[in-house]
Amino acid sequence: MAEFKHKHIIALRDLSKEDMELLLSTAESMREINSRDIKKVPTLRGKTIINLFYESSTRTRTSFEIAGKRLSADTVNIAPSNSSATKGETLADTALNLLAMKPDIIVMRHAVSGSHYFLANKINCSIINAGDGAHEHPSQGLLDMLTMKDRFGRLDGLKVAIVGDITHSRVARSNIQGLTKMGSKIYVAGPPTMLPPGVEKLGDVTVCSSMNEALEDADVVMMLRIQQERQGKTLMPNTREYSRYFGLNPNNIKLAKPNAMIMHPGPINRGVEMSSYVIDGDQSWILKQVENGVAVRMAMLYHVCGGELE
Amino acid sequence: MSNEQTVLMDGAGIKRALTRIAHEILEKNKGVEDIVLIGIRSGGAFLSDGIAEQISNIEGGTVPVGAVDITLYRDDCSGSLPHHPVGKTEIPFSLEAKKVILVDDVLYTGRTIRAAMDAMMDFGRPKSIQLAVLIDRGHRELPIRADFVGRNVPTSQKENVQVVFDSANKPIEVLLEK
Repeated sequence: MAEFKHKHIIALRDLSKEDMELLLSTAESMREINSRDIKKVPTLRGKTIINLFYESSTRTRTSFEIAGKRLSADTVNIAPSNSSATKGETLADTALNLLAMKPDIIVMRHAVSGSHYFLANKINCSIINAGDGAHEHPSQGLLDMLTMKDRFGRLDGLKVAIVGDITHSRVARSNIQGLTKMGSKIYVAGPPTMLPPGVEKLGDVTVCSSMNEALEDADVVMMLRIQQERQGKTLMPNTREYSRYFGLNPNNIKLAKPNAMIMHPGPINRGVEMSSYVIDGDQSWILKQVENGVAVRMAMLYHVCGGELE
Repeated sequence: MSNEQTVLMDGAGIKRALTRIAHEILEKNKGVEDIVLIGIRSGGAFLSDGIAEQISNIEGGTVPVGAVDITLYRDDCSGSLPHHPVGKTEIPFSLEAKKVILVDDVLYTGRTIRAAMDAMMDFGRPKSIQLAVLIDRGHRELPIRADFVGRNVPTSQKENVQVVFDSANKPIEVLLEK
């Protein structure tokens, strides 16, 4: 059986199909712990995990914290507002100072793409990427794959539509990298201002000229959040017009396969990228994604602890 | 380690041993009431199915069977050892006040059983935990003994005892490798 050799998980681009299959299979086993009365196993007893979040997060940070605690690790959270970054400390200095306190894993979210690679060269503990700029968000990619696997039993051959602000989306990039290796076919759609040139070179990606084209016969419809905090005002006229052309509603979802699954990485702008009818409908797997997030992150924490320093 | 192999038990011998263990479990517990079988992955889980089948042949009724993967409870997980893949634990019933029969294929250092007992405690408070093994090969490192033993095999620590299963997970033979 395969062994996980990575000390860090920074991008799904760096992982092989076998690595991801091992992570998903471990996540499936971890899931059972989350349904017990006593939701804890002693595996990572004595390990210290620092959640270093330079950008705000509810789901991901809570999910990583719960994952660490269910494996008996000690978890510490550092939020942007109370970190020394507000006093002008550089990322490298913060990391070296944290390292002096001997953590085993640093889970970091940072606004700058690639900041995890920069840190990985400087420190000797494991790093897990919880989102870096517009680069990758590997734990989200993996939990999305686990949720699709729950529904279809496979990833190979699925048609996955990803709709929205692809340019700013690290979720889209991780899913494109991961799903392509697993054999899924990806169709992206969005306003031309939000479609990065060359996105089709990232994997098995077809760029669609309209949302309807992407939705047609899709097994999975993944809607992305309009990241109002990242983009300037110039990318779209207003959210109402965006919603008219690129919002998912009870009418255009009919273009997808009957019972296609609807996903969203959260947080949702209700009424912008999706109508409430769709968010709360039978085809929505959004809360299952959140549930699977804990198991996937338990698997990631577990496997990096056994990885070797590269 | 060279590949010198001796067959310790064949399929029929294993079946007889499991039948005797089934009888002993019933005798000691005075019937099937409150008994649950939990097999330790992977070998023990396959054997627990066989024992459960024998028990229902003898007494009628069915005994709940679960499986535990002890990877997450191992005492050699921390440190830089390569990590083992994690199998599924499936115990779809409560262990509260049950008589749990842990089933494993080979009893050796006792560390696997320690881990499995810790896992059982996380599922509630069983009335008792008993241990059934197909082979006891000695060399215990913890104060643990089996209640039901298929066969005691004195071994050296350089040797390896392996229970071989077929593709349908039925035990075929027990091998001693020198």
